[in-house]
Amino acid sequence: MTSQAATVGIQEKSGMDPKKLGVWTASVGIWFLPLLWIDPTTYAVLTVAGLAMGMLIFLTASGLTLIFGLMDVLNLAHGAFFVWGAYVGFSLLNALQKIGWVEGAGAAQSIGSVMLCLLAALVVGGIMGIVLEKMLVRLTYGSHLKQILITMGASLILVEVLKVVWSPNDEVVIVPQAFQGSWDVMDVIVTKFRVVAIVVGLAVLAGIQLVMMRTKLGIIVRAGVENKEVVETLGYNIRRVFTGVFCAGAALAAVGGTMWSIFKEQIHPAMGEENLIFALIVVIIGGMGSVTGSFLGAIMVGLAFNYVAYTLPPLALGANIMIMAVILLIRPTGLMGKD
Amino acid sequence: MAEAILSLERVHTYIEQHHILQGVDLSFMPGQATVLLGRNGAGKSTTLRTIMGLTPASSGSITLKSQAIQAMKPYEVAKLGVGFVPEDQAVLYTLSVEENFRLAMLTENESAWARMETIFELFPDMKKFWRSKAGVLSGGQKQMLAIARAFVNDHDLLLIDEPSKGLAPIVVDHLIESINHIKNHTTVILVEQNFYMASHVGVAYFILDDGRTVHQGLMADLVHDEGLKQKYLGIA
Ligand SMILES: Nc1ncnc2c1ncn2[C@@H]1O[C@H](COP(=O)(O)OP(=O)(O)OP(=O)(O)O)[C@@H](O)[C@H]1O
Ligand SMILES: [Mg+2]
Repeated sequence: MTSQAATVGIQEKSGMDPKKLGVWTASVGIWFLPLLWIDPTTYAVLTVAGLAMGMLIFLTASGLTLIFGLMDVLNLAHGAFFVWGAYVGFSLLNALQKIGWVEGAGAAQSIGSVMLCLLAALVVGGIMGIVLEKMLVRLTYGSHLKQILITMGASLILVEVLKVVWSPNDEVVIVPQAFQGSWDVMDVIVTKFRVVAIVVGLAVLAGIQLVMMRTKLGIIVRAGVENKEVVETLGYNIRRVFTGVFCAGAALAAVGGTMWSIFKEQIHPAMGEENLIFALIVVIIGGMGSVTGSFLGAIMVGLAFNYVAYTLPPLALGANIMIMAVILLIRPTGLMGKD
Repeated sequence: MAEAILSLERVHTYIEQHHILQGVDLSFMPGQATVLLGRNGAGKSTTLRTIMGLTPASSGSITLKSQAIQAMKPYEVAKLGVGFVPEDQAVLYTLSVEENFRLAMLTENESAWARMETIFELFPDMKKFWRSKAGVLSGGQKQMLAIARAFVNDHDLLLIDEPSKGLAPIVVDHLIESINHIKNHTTVILVEQNFYMASHVGVAYFILDDGRTVHQGLMADLVHDEGLKQKYLGIA
């Protein structure tokens, strides 16, 4: 009887906590603040750009946060998967250009080209992830210092190899015809590929949530984040789960890289490290280990970056670090991190 | 006499540099419930954790159904049909009660869900809180979940560490009943301080002290052996 009453009490408390409601209202409201000094049309353009950027950062951050949450591994080689994905996509687009599937291609061929690039990045990233986890990361479980040193070293080597395989210079990425240019929606210029980025980002979020919430694998991974020993004694090889999650995270980062390269229409070898900084900020904002948290964090970072870059360009990255600091002051575990 | 389903011979275990188990010899007959007794810190929990491979034995042998398991990983031991209910509540707070059970089901099939029906009868609260997060359950309910979870698989062997801790007397009676119910086809190894429960479940017993097996026998005899109870269990 007593326990029943106590449970009801807890449910009521988490249901309508006025403080929580206030925090949510404030955190949504703050995003309309730039309307005070940016005109609505520009604001709309920046918002679409920010959402697209956020979705792409999310692709990298989702894997990073899962790897940290489940394996307690800080993977600084994540940027290397990203940049390799970008270059694989770039080369494939060049090859597809020769058969007319890129510039001057129809809608079906353009979509086909992007799909092929994403698939190639997925495979290359996934394989790199498995190899790296089995060869190196496995040796560093339990020691953050080792993880930082080893994954950073691996990242440097992978980027140097990339420079040898491709080139150390900037390259221009050709965008499939159907995704070039923009639509005009009531005077708001909506770049086509930004919409694609938003769609892909939402699809990946939905996919991850589906696997995490609706499948046995998802239950195992979530349980592993909470208590590895119990998962192991229930008959699951947690090491195999680790490898799988690392592989999936690497594949997602590589897909993020390909998307980013088409988004920016250019690539360079340092783009992985640059993106990793954003992804790390996002993971910290969202709470280490939380996929939903990093999704919210990525949207925040994408939007803030674009609003600030329009108003005061040099402060764009600084603003994101500010957001991170403020959120950590309010909630040291990030938006949705474990207490 | 039938062959033991599980036996430990001269098992030693270190936790870091501490020599915790210093020669544990045990053997368990199939279809029998055996209780491990001993004062606090005697090494009962460590013995179960060593069988599971969580704190691996440094020497000695552990044989499960004629197979050496002392070098196996916990998941391998589990897959051989060993269920483990640890001492601290091992329910997953962020998962719902349903997900806790699904995680425990090694194969999610008809017979697993049929066993679920029996579990609901024994522990109606599990049905009531089926969709709630396990984190909102009371201490006793969490304990029930941890035990009930071990019943969903048709295990040959169940290791249960102090299940009565924190449970009301009536629930302890339920528990005794349910363990006696599965005893027919599952061998149970029970660590239990509650002598009432220990004596109502166990047929055989072992007493551990300072990481060693010091006594063994039949529960029916121990019940009347005041000297032994006083010496090792501190029961007057
Ligand atoms: N992680 C550890 N590090 C150091 N010593 C440990 C550790 N775990 C257990 N011990 C020690 O090992 C000994 C046996 O512990 P164990 O938990 O097996 O006892 P127990 O018989 O289960 O006791 P209780 O009845 O209190 O649960 C104790 O002296 C304990 O202090
Ligand atoms: Mg114990």
